[in-house]
Amino acid sequence: MAPEKLTYMANQIAAFFRTRPHEEAVAGVADHISKFWEPRMRTQLFEMMKEPDSGFDPLVIEAGDRIRPVAKHS
Amino acid sequence: MSLSKEIDYGTPASKSEDTVTLTIDGFTVTVPEGTSVMRAAMETGIAIPKLCSTDMVDAFGSCRLCLVEIEGRRGTPASCTTPVVDGMVVSTQTDQLKTLRRGVMELYISDHPLDCLTCAANGDCELQDMAGAVGLRDVRYGYDGDNHVKTRDGGGEVNARYLPKDESNPYFTYDPSKCIVCSRCVRACEEVQGTFALTIEGRGFESRVSPGSFGDDFLGSECVSCGACVQACPTATLQEKSIYDIGQPEHSVVTTCAYCGVGCSFKAEMRGEELVRMVPYKDGKANHGHSCVKGRFAYGYASHRDRILKPMIRESIADPWREVSWEEALGFAASKLRRLQADYGQDSIGVITSSRCTNEETYLVQKLARAVFGNNNTDTCARVCHSPTGYGLGQTFGTSAGTQDFDSVEEVDVALVIGANPTDGHPVFASRLKKRLRQGAKLIVIDPRRIDLVKSPHVAASHHLALRPGTNVAIVTALAHVIVTEKLYDEAFIRERCDWDEFQDYAAFAADPANSPESVEALTGVPAETVREAARLYAKGGNAAIYYGLGVTEHSQGSTTVIGLANLAMMTGNIGRRGVGVNPLRGQNNVQGSCDMGSFPHELPGYRHVNNADVRDIFEKAWGVPISDEPGLRIPNMLDAAVDGTFKGLYCQGEDILQSDPDTKHVSAGLAAMECVIVHDIFLNETANYAHVFLPGSTFLEKDGTFTNAERRINRVRRVMSPKAGYADWEVTQLLANAMGGNWSYTHPSEIMAEIAATTPSFANVTYELLEEKGSVQWPCNDKTPDGTPIMHIDGFVRGKGRFIRTDYVATDEKTGPRFPLLLTTGRILSQYNVGAQTRRTDNVVWHEEDVLEIHPHDAELRGVKDGDWVKLQSRSGETSLRAKITDRMSPGVVYTTFHHPATQANVITTDFSDWATNCPEYKVTAVQVSPSNGPTDWQEDYENFSRQSRRVEAAE
Repeated sequence: MAPEKLTYMANQIAAFFRTRPHEEAVAGVADHISKFWEPRMRTQLFEMMKEPDSGFDPLVIEAGDRIRPVAKHS
Repeated sequence: MSLSKEIDYGTPASKSEDTVTLTIDGFTVTVPEGTSVMRAAMETGIAIPKLCSTDMVDAFGSCRLCLVEIEGRRGTPASCTTPVVDGMVVSTQTDQLKTLRRGVMELYISDHPLDCLTCAANGDCELQDMAGAVGLRDVRYGYDGDNHVKTRDGGGEVNARYLPKDESNPYFTYDPSKCIVCSRCVRACEEVQGTFALTIEGRGFESRVSPGSFGDDFLGSECVSCGACVQACPTATLQEKSIYDIGQPEHSVVTTCAYCGVGCSFKAEMRGEELVRMVPYKDGKANHGHSCVKGRFAYGYASHRDRILKPMIRESIADPWREVSWEEALGFAASKLRRLQADYGQDSIGVITSSRCTNEETYLVQKLARAVFGNNNTDTCARVCHSPTGYGLGQTFGTSAGTQDFDSVEEVDVALVIGANPTDGHPVFASRLKKRLRQGAKLIVIDPRRIDLVKSPHVAASHHLALRPGTNVAIVTALAHVIVTEKLYDEAFIRERCDWDEFQDYAAFAADPANSPESVEALTGVPAETVREAARLYAKGGNAAIYYGLGVTEHSQGSTTVIGLANLAMMTGNIGRRGVGVNPLRGQNNVQGSCDMGSFPHELPGYRHVNNADVRDIFEKAWGVPISDEPGLRIPNMLDAAVDGTFKGLYCQGEDILQSDPDTKHVSAGLAAMECVIVHDIFLNETANYAHVFLPGSTFLEKDGTFTNAERRINRVRRVMSPKAGYADWEVTQLLANAMGGNWSYTHPSEIMAEIAATTPSFANVTYELLEEKGSVQWPCNDKTPDGTPIMHIDGFVRGKGRFIRTDYVATDEKTGPRFPLLLTTGRILSQYNVGAQTRRTDNVVWHEEDVLEIHPHDAELRGVKDGDWVKLQSRSGETSLRAKITDRMSPGVVYTTFHHPATQANVITTDFSDWATNCPEYKVTAVQVSPSNGPTDWQEDYENFSRQSRRVEAAE
């Protein structure tokens, strides 16, 4: 999808979890994206996160490593 | 099968638990205290003659036909208005009573036409029955006296008392010459429907039923055409036009309405395979014998000439359609889908299940994706309506289920209605709510519009919080702020039932001065004091129930608002008993069911995530195939992936995403990018303009199955006629699955339900036999709750402890500015339903033939717009034109329209902003500009041409 839309959606999720204690917020963002984002969306997310100025909320960046990786199948 | 005639007990049932024993005609009878003598007699099987009483309304005592004699009492009291007393001895038939009743009937008949043989009510007329019951043989007064029957009097002069038939309503007629002025219609309009459109005008012999004031006809009156008056009328005075056209029905089948999420039960009254009329079913647990204009009358679409009855295919959407056999269409579709998977990968195709089809059909469509396609690319229209309910209530309570049954409204003391317009969207529930409000319950409305509930006859909201669209979370948190800081919460309940630490955290958050009504006033536009008063009423007004709709969910913070509402209910202890709760009003007939059946891409039936290996194991064993543990694409994600070129094929059942989903241009770009779009529907809908395969669908009248309404009630849908295109929808899905190697062999929907019950704990004990026995059942229905579950969370929350979650307000990025200074919000109206595909093909169009833009007089004047003018409505996404309707129902700065008509395509305007948690689109907030216009925009004209091109059909040779 359009990169700015994906960034926007990820940051929306971060905005909801921001009021929670930091550790819980990071876990919340990672869990939400792992549970609801289809592999194509996560693949694109991981790709975009590699860019230095990705525009992602710091919470999303921090959650990055904990988001379910995408298996290389089909 | 026979024509089911429900017993009319004459007066409503008493709810008293104390009983009274009396003797009627020598029989000993025990009934609840407060029961009328008439009802007590009927309960023992003795039918006292009657005309003005019927058990849908309170006793009135005007016809003087139901007289009885009671030992020790003087005179002949009316049995309908006489309550039973212990030891009473009643006689219903004596010489005196016989003479009196015959005399009364003589008077009635002396002013009634004697055209029984050609009368529409012949065979279904209580006046005729009563004449027979009392043995009327002669009318001593003759028929030439003063009367309402004849157009001319004996001397040939015009009879001023005669009024011609009023045929203005498209569905029923009012024939004053046949009226006996029993008032049943007037009372039904008041007591059952709550509209107060009818009255008795004049006195004595002059009295007659009148819609509105003198000279008004039914169509021009306040009448909402719910049918309650027609139901109540004992004669042919108020009569369905279909009875005039066809005659009396000869058998009936109980089934469930296919319109809104109230899920009313109806008797489909039939003559052969022809539907004569739909009559609300008294034993229906959702509607108790009431109906609205859609369910009662708007079924004509089912036999509309636009129905497509033959499968069609085409290689390209530029080609005309070609009618083909079922085999060819299914073979074409199956090979295309398999080729796409071979070329673009297993995940390149998916399905959209329908919230209008049955549970069984929905279950099969998601099974098609998971078991035959081998992916989880399944989604449903709930994505764009109540998906935030699933998330919000799931997080806080542990289940997405609405907490109450509809009957619970009878014990509500304070109703908080937010983002819902029940009188239009859920009319039968609205009538029940209004009835409770007339009994004294209080009402809080939170809505940008002054919806009808705010002020209607004998109903007024205590508080109307007319907030700016997009500020729900701020208002809900401000309500919590007041409850926390003024210590209005129920500490005992919270300590026992919820996580106390989490409440402390939430309370600290809510108590922050930034969340006070005063702080958010500038944002929401609602005076702080109004918010405070509403919060106090909700917290301390007795049983408080929240009813909400899509005005809550269809926002970028939809899920957050749902969480906020759950927080309010928990902190005030308003959960787990009758009269309280959090009640999502579901839009379509089977939204609840389509969610239950595993339509969402991340969860299997019963709301269990696909990454749960134990759950996958259940289905892998049942289906004999591996199931992917990855969430699939949601509808908006499918469209994005299509534009990206990785999603190529879609099977869409009973859903018109082009018209109903936001940002039409994005939807059409996604559809246009796909190589195989299969539309399975009863009409060539807008989505079908982009389809390569069209599979004709069946209406709810043509198949067996179940719908699950907003109160989790599983109701039977029963086939009353053969599928016009040859197959019920579940059969078509099975044929498609088998064309792709699915090897399914269901022979009846009951077998599908058996598979659902075997795999899904909340449905474990649901069988067609149980539904036959009980009529309906509310899930969870299993060994723990074999009779179903009317009220959730009675002894504890499904998740254990109720969970409070912070609800930080984040303003939507859809903001007004100089170019787009107004906020558009969207909704629906009573006579039309969803994208209008059904209701537009009925006479309901007399009430609403086009979408209009509601605009405040101030905003209209600034723009030089007059009532009825064409205006252009423009947003960042697109523009359309429609007519303006100037009304102070809107707040300044906010405009409103519906999305019932494809000519308007209101969703060209809406944006692709969506709920953070679920991608539920933000339909309810779009920044727009309104300007005068000459007519349809270029886009509308182009689309109209494209549609016409796209719908060309070449008949089979």
